[in-house]
Amino acid sequence: MTLAAVDTKRKLPDLDRVPRVDEVGVNERVARFQSRSIKKESKLEALQMVLSMIDLTTLEGQDTPGKVRQLCQKAMHLHDAVPGLPHVAAVCVYPTMVSVARKALEGRGIHIASVATAFPSGQAPLNVKLEDTRMAVEQGADEIDMVISRGAFLAGDHGFVFDEIAAIKEACGDAHLKVILETGELGTLDRVRRAGMLAMHAGADFIKTSTGKIQPAATMQVTLVMLQAIRDYFYETGRMVGMKPAGGISSAKLAIHYLVMLRETLGNAWMTPEWFRFGASSLANDVLMQIVKQQTGVYQSADYFSKD
Amino acid sequence: MATPENKLAFEGGWEYSPAPESTDHIKVAKKYELFIGGEFVKPESGKYFDTINPATEARLSRVALANAADVDKAVKAARKAYNGPWSRMKPAERGKYIYRIARIIQERAREFAAIESLDGGKPIREARDVDVPLAAAHFFYYAGWADKLEYAFPGCKVRPMGVAGQIIPWNFPLLMASWKVAPALACGNTVVLKPAETTPLTAMKLAEVVADAGLPEGVVNIVTGAGDTGAGIVSHPGVDKIAFTGSTDVGRIIQKALAGSKKNTRSNWAARRPTSSLPTRPSTRRSRASSTASSSTRGTFVAPGLGCSCRSRSRSRLSENSRIAWRR
Repeated sequence: MTLAAVDTKRKLPDLDRVPRVDEVGVNERVARFQSRSIKKESKLEALQMVLSMIDLTTLEGQDTPGKVRQLCQKAMHLHDAVPGLPHVAAVCVYPTMVSVARKALEGRGIHIASVATAFPSGQAPLNVKLEDTRMAVEQGADEIDMVISRGAFLAGDHGFVFDEIAAIKEACGDAHLKVILETGELGTLDRVRRAGMLAMHAGADFIKTSTGKIQPAATMQVTLVMLQAIRDYFYETGRMVGMKPAGGISSAKLAIHYLVMLRETLGNAWMTPEWFRFGASSLANDVLMQIVKQQTGVYQSADYFSKD
Repeated sequence: MATPENKLAFEGGWEYSPAPESTDHIKVAKKYELFIGGEFVKPESGKYFDTINPATEARLSRVALANAADVDKAVKAARKAYNGPWSRMKPAERGKYIYRIARIIQERAREFAAIESLDGGKPIREARDVDVPLAAAHFFYYAGWADKLEYAFPGCKVRPMGVAGQIIPWNFPLLMASWKVAPALACGNTVVLKPAETTPLTAMKLAEVVADAGLPEGVVNIVTGAGDTGAGIVSHPGVDKIAFTGSTDVGRIIQKALAGSKKNTRSNWAARRPTSSLPTRPSTRRSRASSTASSSTRGTFVAPGLGCSCRSRSRSRLSENSRIAWRR
């Protein structure tokens, strides 16, 4: 298979036309998102929404089938002491663990997301990446989280990155494709916006900030810039693209700031797990603690919540 | 770029909690007198006017209306204070008084912010985060200048001008008062301040602060009233300097009245200018479009659209490459 555009409908946009990012303005705007009044009912609603948007993640070399089964158990039963909690949106695992997760989550309405394409570096030939992707989909992944070739992007080979994403999108079939930009390696907000635009034009269903393996991972600044790119793309094409900040969001408070940012940048249509996700492993527990606090008025010890 | 057909929806859905600012802690008297010679005195005119909360149009308080006789009293009190203690005081001592005003404003910031918002109708966020802290900061800043003026301008002998008549508008009532009063005091002048008739309350609270700070009698005098009161200050022969910020129309009247007189003037008139954004070199192009757009909107809507740099129009010569998208 050649790299030439797999789908001729998709065209690499002129990235020079992507607007520049006003970094000072972004910082100011982000600071404003953190000063909204979120209390009581409004807070409880937000916390539940955050829970339902979490991609519960384990991406470690030491992952075992047992660990993944445990994670799936947690995804289904976040905290049974509080009735009526939503379940998380998805669990996110390595391709080798997809079949384990599939078995554990069968029929529970929780998606299985698998990283693919030589995650996290993306340093592998295209045929290996395609095979990685197909295998994950065959094993039962509903969503594929791919990484872009940052080296090629930074070297200015936009066409290569575009074709690669388009090819992976084809390999995904019905599975949703999330494209990880790894913003921590892109260096500037201008490049983040351009990479986001490129990924959406290449067919991404979601754009995602980070692998979680590189610091800095998700920040509110890069997320805002990506949300603005999604908005521009929506204005241009009418197609909605989802957003997934991942890595470094471990407190409920910060997650709520992200929701505020989402609400004020893209509006209500995006405020569902279908269009917004948090990639996180420890966020869920903090949110659960906050929900218990909201309902009972007291904080429980962290020992009352499951570790994984 | 045309208005896009694909619309985002911002109505409804998840709502934030209301966050009303409490007004329990503020003290607004039923009636405010004139502040002349360190005391609150009844106006010679015997008249009072209402100041309202523009959000509800409910009356907040009644404020004395100063006529020519009241202005005369205020100017004489200011002259006495000028000839007496204030202009002869060691600059470092003057600075101490101004520092005291700054600290009291800081201590009472919450009350000032709530009153500023009530009386002028500006959002509490602006009053609380901008107007009041900046007003305190200006008093701190000019307090620091008091004892350094002598060394700041080599070859010049710095000296006070005398009695300053100061007339200020309603868009930044307390902040504007601090811009006018603080530097005048630091240099050793005494002042007769007239706040706008629509927003006199924080100025009257400032009078309380001045009294609490123990400034010598008559150094700061505050007379309230409308155009006639202002005209009284401008035309009073005992005033050495007029400082005015306000509308172009009133500015013209003042300039006419002062033409040919020896009074020093400094005035700022309403500046509703278009924003002009020009092409720049590619190396500095970064961020241009979006910062132009955001600074224009911010400038337009600050102090509910009543800022002096309200950009009611924008002119752009940016290439089509950049996107200042005027979206309704």
